[in-house]
Amino acid sequence: MAQKKITLPLTDAKVQDLKAGDRVLLSGDVYAARDAAHKRLLERMENDEELPIQLEGEVVYYVGPTPAKPGQIIGSAGPTTSGRVDKYTPALLSRGLKGMIGKGYRNEEVKTAIQKYKAVYFAAIGGSGALLSKKILSETIVAYEDLGPEAVRRLTINDFPVTVINDCYGNDWYEQAAEVYR
Amino acid sequence: MKNIHVDTITENVAAMCQSASIDLGDDMIQAFQSSLQKEKSDIGQDVITQLLDNAEIAQKERMPMCQDTGMAVFFIEMGYDCKITCGDLYDAINKGVSQGYGDGYLRQSIVRDPLDRKNTGDNTPAITYVEMVEGDHLKIRFTAKGGGAENMSRLQMLKPSDGLEGIEDFVVESVRLAGPNACPPVIVGVGIGGSFEKSAYIAKKSLLRSVGERHVEERIARLEEKWTEKCNQLGIGPQGMGGTTTALDVKIEVQPCHIAAMPVAVNIQCHANRHKEVIL
Repeated sequence: MAQKKITLPLTDAKVQDLKAGDRVLLSGDVYAARDAAHKRLLERMENDEELPIQLEGEVVYYVGPTPAKPGQIIGSAGPTTSGRVDKYTPALLSRGLKGMIGKGYRNEEVKTAIQKYKAVYFAAIGGSGALLSKKILSETIVAYEDLGPEAVRRLTINDFPVTVINDCYGNDWYEQAAEVYR
Repeated sequence: MKNIHVDTITENVAAMCQSASIDLGDDMIQAFQSSLQKEKSDIGQDVITQLLDNAEIAQKERMPMCQDTGMAVFFIEMGYDCKITCGDLYDAINKGVSQGYGDGYLRQSIVRDPLDRKNTGDNTPAITYVEMVEGDHLKIRFTAKGGGAENMSRLQMLKPSDGLEGIEDFVVESVRLAGPNACPPVIVGVGIGGSFEKSAYIAKKSLLRSVGERHVEERIARLEEKWTEKCNQLGIGPQGMGGTTTALDVKIEVQPCHIAAMPVAVNIQCHANRHKEVIL
């Protein structure tokens, strides 16, 4: 099956080239962040405080890995359910976030914001954390270390396999794909 | 009377926590392989192939198959002629979970307080249910329940007049709503009857049966097959990417209930269907 290769960070041009259903191999840096980290980022934004990470052109991966064993770069590291951070996502997109990797549905507000800010939502295979850990070349904690598995990490990924679910044109691959086999 | 030392329980629990996270059961591997033959979508087949690869990597490298190593849930069967010595059953289990998750580099996913949300740091407390039975054995059945699928579970107090059709609609609708969030292909645990909380208990307990293992009662077994088929007509497919494999199995348990009531619980289990059991 044809796969597009994309090097991060994302730009408007790269995002506009992606369509729902495209299978993509991502390489470059992403931020790992889950529920608790999103909550803290939003609290800082609401208080007009500086964020511990820059969001312009960045991609967030919704992941809380298992601890690395000695000698490992990272433990098991598959996507978590994206819908849990829907509440926070439009604000992050308004600050320049360009992409998200997770699994599962996004709400209407997020889909609208994806179009408005020219962003993209990718899904990775949920529950394939051992396989996906092989696509991660480095891991550094950059903020909120006290959150443990929910700390913000900088990950370098290589040929990380994802599928475009929501593109900047308003398409939703989950809806389109299910229609075919219903 | 058989005596079982608490340390034996702790050791076994620790080992079960680790092996369940790493070694996907043969029933699941077989279910993946047979669904690969039947799946109509290319992308769906590709997803299942990657899940098989994932299981192999996990086993070979002793790495958890999924980063969500779950909340530890135990279903204990305790014989009337079995005595636990030198301590408490619940403490012994919690100690085993703490050791198993710590030594096994498994993710700590439990918060002490649902409002403060501070991580307990050792994946305890476990959820432990005990049933008393005939005999002198202690059967420990463990499942590591991940949050993604658990979050998509539902419970409804239906009316008796809703009948079998109402229950079927509720089950299939629950799987539809769960969609890609619950990491399909899923296994669907259904609890019918009992009370509000008992329906949820039996729904979860039904998931301990192996995939493909039918209910002993023929009429329930037939429903399990029919509803599995119905779920697979939703089009959701592996990971919601479209296809004919949405549910690998539906498990049903039934219980007596009140003349006014028809509680139905649907407990969804993702494809990382981790369960282990030991008899002491």
